[in-house]
Amino acid sequence: MSSSKTVNDQPVIRLLNIWKAFEGQQVLTGLNLDIYKGETVVVIGRSGCGKSVLLRHIAGLMKPDKGEIYFEDEDITKFNRKKLFKMRMHFGMLFQGSALFDSMTVGENVALALKKHTEFDMEKITRIVLEKLDIVGLADVTGKYPSELSGGMKKRVALARAVVMNPDVILYDEPTTGLDPVMAGVINRLILSLQKELDITSIIVTHDIKSAYRVGDRIAMLHEGKIIYEGTPEQVGNTDNPLVRGFIEGHLEIDKGIGTSI
Amino acid sequence: MRLLLLLGRFILSFIEEAGAVVLLIFRVVKRFPKIFGNLHNLFVQMERIGVGSIPLVLVTSLFVGAVTAVQAAYQFHGYVPLQYLGAVIAKTVTLELGPVLTALVVGGRVSAAMAAELGTMKVTEQMDAMEMIAIDPVEYLVLPRIIATVIMLPALTVFSDLLAILGGMIVAKISIGVSFHVFGEGLKLLFRYQDAVGGLMKTFFFGFIIALMGCYYGFTTKGGAEGVGLSTMRAVVSSCLLILVFNYLLATIIFQIIFAPK
Repeated sequence: MSSSKTVNDQPVIRLLNIWKAFEGQQVLTGLNLDIYKGETVVVIGRSGCGKSVLLRHIAGLMKPDKGEIYFEDEDITKFNRKKLFKMRMHFGMLFQGSALFDSMTVGENVALALKKHTEFDMEKITRIVLEKLDIVGLADVTGKYPSELSGGMKKRVALARAVVMNPDVILYDEPTTGLDPVMAGVINRLILSLQKELDITSIIVTHDIKSAYRVGDRIAMLHEGKIIYEGTPEQVGNTDNPLVRGFIEGHLEIDKGIGTSI
Repeated sequence: MRLLLLLGRFILSFIEEAGAVVLLIFRVVKRFPKIFGNLHNLFVQMERIGVGSIPLVLVTSLFVGAVTAVQAAYQFHGYVPLQYLGAVIAKTVTLELGPVLTALVVGGRVSAAMAAELGTMKVTEQMDAMEMIAIDPVEYLVLPRIIATVIMLPALTVFSDLLAILGGMIVAKISIGVSFHVFGEGLKLLFRYQDAVGGLMKTFFFGFIIALMGCYYGFTTKGGAEGVGLSTMRAVVSSCLLILVFNYLLATIIFQIIFAPK
């Protein structure tokens, strides 16, 4: 799984000098990141370092205090709601807690976008919903409510919901966090297969380094509000950058203030 | 000095909040025509708010009418002939007790439910998930709730007015010794249709306040379970207070200007 980008490729998503603070606390401090068509970029970093915030900026769910975010050469920070909604038709997002609508059944969750944004009749919608649920191996639970599913099943339903409109870009927020290793493996395989079959651009934020190695074409490390390192999984594995090494191996060198021993 | 600072902060946050509520009103009004594409949701809400509140309104109204009869008879004693009992009960019920008490009990029930439901959706990222499939939460969630409450509260108030008068009649007959006939004659004697209409006019505004507060606090929920609890409480408190304040303002407008006695 090597990245197909060449020198001439234009990035499909481009973050330029992004700054964001919450109630006085600076979370992103001049972040830059380019994402190319068809590649899978994994952003790693410690919990609370702003990975989810980064993802929410790309989705247009948050606006930066300063900086520009380009999606196909248009600055989405200047978009109004209508344009944002139009842009999001190209996006799918998998939320950390799955965020399934708990007042709807699994089938209704997956069907909602189709009902709202297409003119398909119920028969066709049902067919697409079953098809997408089949990809994640859950075609038999359409009538159940999210509260009746396990965490891993919810994640898979959420993934089916995220791809139901055949998006060009999928954003994954901690896709494997909170799952057992087997289910994490299942999710990783699903991410890879979606990748291969649908030629989707994926951005994954996670602190699960195993998953990052497994699915990433490129790994970027977020630290103190900036991308401090970018490289292929092999490069990351062999780097002597102390912050990246510290994160992968679980030292605290990354946190000079706290010290290196517990 | 410290007190001044606190006062200043309080005033600022009040203005900020009032501004946010006004903005939400604008967003709702702007999307009003979209309700015709979302009738299913409207009917679901109408059923939940209207039909679901009937037992509560039934018990409240019967007992309010009953206690009004007892208190009126007590105050009439020795001054006013009991044949006016029907008139007084019908007037107090249709002018004030019916609309206001229905709004308060239904408001507590409905605004709490809305704030808790939408608040939970907010903190579990279901709102964001909705945004990501390009569905506007204001259009999909807030609009049907507000319209449903504005329609159902006046309907419940008509029901409540009738039941309260019935409750008064029963108590008048059983424990005060005023026959249905005398009660009815008294009722007709001083009844003006403007009383009932004016009382009902108020409930459209009350319905709007109830749903607006429930949705606003649901939307601004932060944190987890504690945040949802806080929002629910705020929704109930603010809708009750606003109902009482607006009741005074609306009564002034309706009964001193629109239906001013000649």
